[in-house]
Amino acid sequence: MKLSWWKWLTIVLLLYTVIMGMLSEVPRLAILNETIRNLYFHVPMWFGMILILLVSVVYSIKYLRNPLTRNDIIAYESAKVGILFGVLGIITGMEWARFTWGEFWSNDPKQNASAIGLLIYFAYLILRGSFQDHQQRARISAVYNIFAFAALIPLLFILPRMTDSLHPGNGGNPGFNSYDLDSRLRAVFYPAVIGWTLLGVWVVHLRTRLEVLKQRFYENA
Amino acid sequence: MCCTFAEKLEEVLLKEVIYLMQKDFVLEWRQKYAFNGMLLYVGSTVFICYLSFSLRFGGLEVPVWNALYWIILLFTAVNAIAKGFAQESRGRLLYYYSVVSPQGVILAKMIYNAALMLVLSLLCFTFYAVVIGNPVQDVGMFLVTIVLGAVGFATSLTMISGIAAKAANTGTLMAVLSFPVMVPMLLMLMKMSKNAIDGLDPSVSLDEALVLLAINMIVVTVSYILFPYLWRS
Repeated sequence: MKLSWWKWLTIVLLLYTVIMGMLSEVPRLAILNETIRNLYFHVPMWFGMILILLVSVVYSIKYLRNPLTRNDIIAYESAKVGILFGVLGIITGMEWARFTWGEFWSNDPKQNASAIGLLIYFAYLILRGSFQDHQQRARISAVYNIFAFAALIPLLFILPRMTDSLHPGNGGNPGFNSYDLDSRLRAVFYPAVIGWTLLGVWVVHLRTRLEVLKQRFYENA
Repeated sequence: MCCTFAEKLEEVLLKEVIYLMQKDFVLEWRQKYAFNGMLLYVGSTVFICYLSFSLRFGGLEVPVWNALYWIILLFTAVNAIAKGFAQESRGRLLYYYSVVSPQGVILAKMIYNAALMLVLSLLCFTFYAVVIGNPVQDVGMFLVTIVLGAVGFATSLTMISGIAAKAANTGTLMAVLSFPVMVPMLLMLMKMSKNAIDGLDPSVSLDEALVLLAINMIVVTVSYILFPYLWRS
């Protein structure tokens, strides 16, 4: 089996993430204890989601400038993979919150914001479903995709800085500086982010090829 | 030469916006039943809330009062603005397409919708205060919040209504597409109006007001850029 280099890189990075994520030494912190390992699985989901949704928006913009079916397919498939990452992020986050905050859903601003973010993209899927004409569907959902992403910016980057939250790294900065200082965590965390994001790109790549082939098949059939 | 090309273009755009707005107001005046329908919608919703909370004895708690007001306003806005593009017939849209620029159309619609929402939300506030009671301590600040809210609802819903009008099931889509987009705005508005109800100093709400203005700017800019693509179909 011949794979291009970045696919091998994905495999290696993810194997490294899973093995080192489960076995490596982590700082002993009160309450968090071993759940700190969720940093390697939960946080990269959000990084991956944002990056892949960004890809989706970029291809929506590209579609509006140059209406090729391929651009529309990439925008659609990456939006779907972004949603998948978002759902996984919420699930891993809820599981983690169960052990550290005591409840799956404790009405935290971050949890609510991520749920709203997902609602926006579910709405995108519904919108796509309600058109018959291919070109109209592609163009109007591209418009909504860009519009929704712009509306997502205050939700993700402004509101969390204005409200208090239980989420780690809060109080002015929604990052994770207090953990990030530990080089042992960093050594696994950065590869994890790259690995999971590349996995997302891989899925988008495969789905796009499949859809393009399907289109070609139906055109010739 | 007095004006550059860009200035000329701006002048033309301004004229278009004014003409289109005039047309919208005239249309509204001729079809008074639609506007009266909206008024009745607001009135009956407030009255239903009054009855279902059985408020004859004692008022509503402040957070509930606040939330209820904005939810009523949200649904009113979705219903009022949804008809913005849906009511335009196909032929008329085609006619606009040949005479005016899309930027003119979206700006005119936004301003018109903002005016409409302003009237509706002020009337809603009056009726709501009379029927359910008025706990607001700083009325001036509350009115400022209403103005920001009306403009914000109008700008974001105008674009969404343009998108939804193109699709098959406009009613459902309008709600589904707009609610998540409007949540950040709604949260800010509720916080601001809560401050106004409690009579806090206006400087406390400055952050929220600035964020609301920023969100509005983002929405208007993005709509301005994207609407031409939406219109082409």
